Amino acid sequence: MATVRFDKAQRWYPGADKPAVPGIDLQVEDGEFMVLVGPSGCGKSTTLRMLAGLEEVNSGNIHIGDRDVTSLTPKDRDIAMVFQNYALYPHMSVADNMAFALKMAKMPADERKQRVAEAAKILGLTDFLDRKPRALSGGQRQRVAMGRAIVRNPQVFLMDEPLSNLDAKMRVQTRTDIAKIQRDLGVTTVYVTHDQIEAMTMGDRVAVMNLGVLQQVDTPLNLYDRPINLFVAGFIGSPAMNLLEGEVTADGVRIGDYTVPVSREVLDRATNGIVVGIRPEHWTIAEGDEGLPFEVTVVEELGADAYFYGRSGVEGTPDNLIVRGGGRRSVQKGQTLRAVADPERVHVFDKETGDRLN
Amino acid sequence: MSQAVPAPIDGDVDPMGSREAGPPPKRRMSAGGVLVRAAVLGLCLLWLVPTFGLLVSSFRAEEAVKNTGWWTVFKSPLDFSQWTLASYDSVIFDQGMGNAFLNSIVVTVPATIIPIMIAAFAAYAFTFMRFPGRELLFIIVVGLLVVPLQVAFVPLIQIFGQYNLNGTFLAVWLAHTGFGMPLAIYILRNYMASLPNEIIESAAVDGASHFRTFWSLVVPMSVPALAAYAIFQFLWVWNDLLVALLFLGAGDNEVVTINLRNMIGDLGQEWHLLTAGAFISMIIPLAVFFALQRFFVRGLTAGSVKG
Repeated sequence: MATVRFDKAQRWYPGADKPAVPGIDLQVEDGEFMVLVGPSGCGKSTTLRMLAGLEEVNSGNIHIGDRDVTSLTPKDRDIAMVFQNYALYPHMSVADNMAFALKMAKMPADERKQRVAEAAKILGLTDFLDRKPRALSGGQRQRVAMGRAIVRNPQVFLMDEPLSNLDAKMRVQTRTDIAKIQRDLGVTTVYVTHDQIEAMTMGDRVAVMNLGVLQQVDTPLNLYDRPINLFVAGFIGSPAMNLLEGEVTADGVRIGDYTVPVSREVLDRATNGIVVGIRPEHWTIAEGDEGLPFEVTVVEELGADAYFYGRSGVEGTPDNLIVRGGGRRSVQKGQTLRAVADPERVHVFDKETGDRLN
Repeated sequence: MSQAVPAPIDGDVDPMGSREAGPPPKRRMSAGGVLVRAAVLGLCLLWLVPTFGLLVSSFRAEEAVKNTGWWTVFKSPLDFSQWTLASYDSVIFDQGMGNAFLNSIVVTVPATIIPIMIAAFAAYAFTFMRFPGRELLFIIVVGLLVVPLQVAFVPLIQIFGQYNLNGTFLAVWLAHTGFGMPLAIYILRNYMASLPNEIIESAAVDGASHFRTFWSLVVPMSVPALAAYAIFQFLWVWNDLLVALLFLGAGDNEVVTINLRNMIGDLGQEWHLLTAGAFISMIIPLAVFFALQRFFVRGLTAGSVKG
C-alpha cells in the first residue's frame, strides 16, 4: 500500500512540437481509487504509462510511497497493470498467465499456486485455470487480466481502460466488480478511462484532464456540483450540461427574453462575457409564459423521466438544448416549451477564461 | 441452405465459439468451379508426370531403363521381376550417396538453426529495444538483401583460407548463416512487429527481463514465422550446390548435390543411376514440405499480412 505523487512530471514525445503532458501534479492517497478521465488524446494514458515506467519522464518526479521511482524500470516499481486489450500471454494457460509475474519474482512454486488459487477464487476463475486465453470469453479474459494484477499484491494497481473491450452489459457488471475488489483489497489504484460514467461510479476521486493538463481533482459529486471550469462542466454529466452565453444585465444573465438570475457580486467578477451552465435536470417546464422558449426537436422518453432536446433560436445557445422533464407528458416534436432554471443550481463561468465565477 | 444459429443467451459467450455452433452451410459447386478444379487437376498431373517417370525408372533394371520407356511398365505392372533396388544399392554404397546424405544433414541442420537463432535475437532487438541508430541499422540489414551472394565468394574464400577453414563444415555453416541472415532478420522483425506491444509491456511490468521476454513470450508467439523461415532456409541449404561446391567441394565431406552432379560427370554411361540419386536427394525436402506445409504457405505471406 502506498501513496502516489506526481511532481511536475513531464512527457515530451521525441519529434512532437509540444509536450503530451507538460507537467502534472497529482497526489493519490493510500488505498484510494483515483480515476483519470478526459477525451482521447488528453494525456491520461501517457500519465499512467509514466507511472508504470513504460514512458520516459522528461522532467519532474514520480513517487510511490516515499520512493522516487522516476528512473526505475517497470519491474522495480512494484506495480501491476491491466491493459485495455488485456495483453494476456496467448500460449500460456490462465494459471500460468497469473503466475508469470510471481515466477519472475522467483517465488516458490507452492506459494505461487496458492496465490493463484486465491485470486482465481475471488474472480470466479477457478474452473478455467487450465484453459488458454483464446478459449475464454471477453469478460473472463478481463478477469484473468485482473487476476494477474491481484496475485502480485502490488503497491499500486494501474488500469488503462480495462472495460472498453467489453460489451455494454458486461461493462456495467465488471465495473462494480472491479470497484468492489479494489475496496476489499484496499490497494491504491490509478484507473484511466474516457467514459465519465465509469469515472463517476468507480472513483473515490476523479482527475479530469484536457490537453495534458489537470483541470480538476475532486470527488465525483463535487465535480458534478461545482465544476471548476467550462471544460469540466461540459465533460462531466450525461446528458451534458447546457452552456448558454448571455448578456449581462443588472439582475442576471439575459438569454433572449429570459433572464437567468445571477447575483450582482458574481457578475462583477466576469472579465469579458459570461456563460451560464444549467444541467438538464435543473430546468423545470414552465406552465405560463415565463422562461426560455424552445422548439422540441427530439423527445427521449425513458418512462420515469423524459429528455426534451430543442432549439431556442437565441444566439449563443446550443442547437441542442437539453431539458429533463417528468415522463409521459405527451410532448410532440415541433411543440414549443418554456424552461425555467433553478437559480440555486446555476453554474456561472467567465466566457474568456472559462473559470467558474460562483 | 443456411441455418439460423441460435443467439447466445448469456452475454458472456465467446464470439469465437459461435463459429462452431452449427455446421457450415454446404454449397453446391457451380459448373465454373468444376471446370477450374478439373483444370488444376490436369495441370498437377502434367507437372507430376516427369517426377513419376523418374520414380518408376529408379526401380527398374539398367537394361530396361536404357531400352524401353518407363511407361511400358504399365503393360504388366504386377510383374514383380521387373522391379529392382539395384540402382539404389549402387548409388548409396558404390557412389557414396549414403555418406553424402549424412553430410547434407550435418550441413543443413546447423546452417538452418544458427541463422534463425541469431536473426531472432536481432529481430527482437530491432522490434522491442530502443537504441540509437536502430532504424538506420535495420535499413542497412534490409539493404543487404539486394547484394548477390556471389560477390562475397572471393573474399570469403580468402578469409576462410587464412584460418584453414576451406573444405570444413564450419565454413559452409558460416557462409549460409551470413547469406541467410538479412532475409531472416527482415521476416522475423516484420512478424514480431505485428505482435501486440502491450504483451511485451505487460511482461516488463511483470518483471521479466528482455532475455526472459524473448524466450518465454516472443519465441513461442513467433513460432509460425520461425517455422516458415526455417523451412525456407532448410530447403535452400539442402538444394544448394554453389556454396557447397566452393566451401566443401568433392570428397569425404561432399553433400548430395555435389555427389549427384559428379554422377553425371563421371558416369556418362550409367545415367540410369541418376534416377535413384535424384530420389534420395528429394526425400528430405519432400518430408519437410509435407510435414510443415501449413507453415510453408503461411511463410509466403509472413510479414506482408498482419496476424
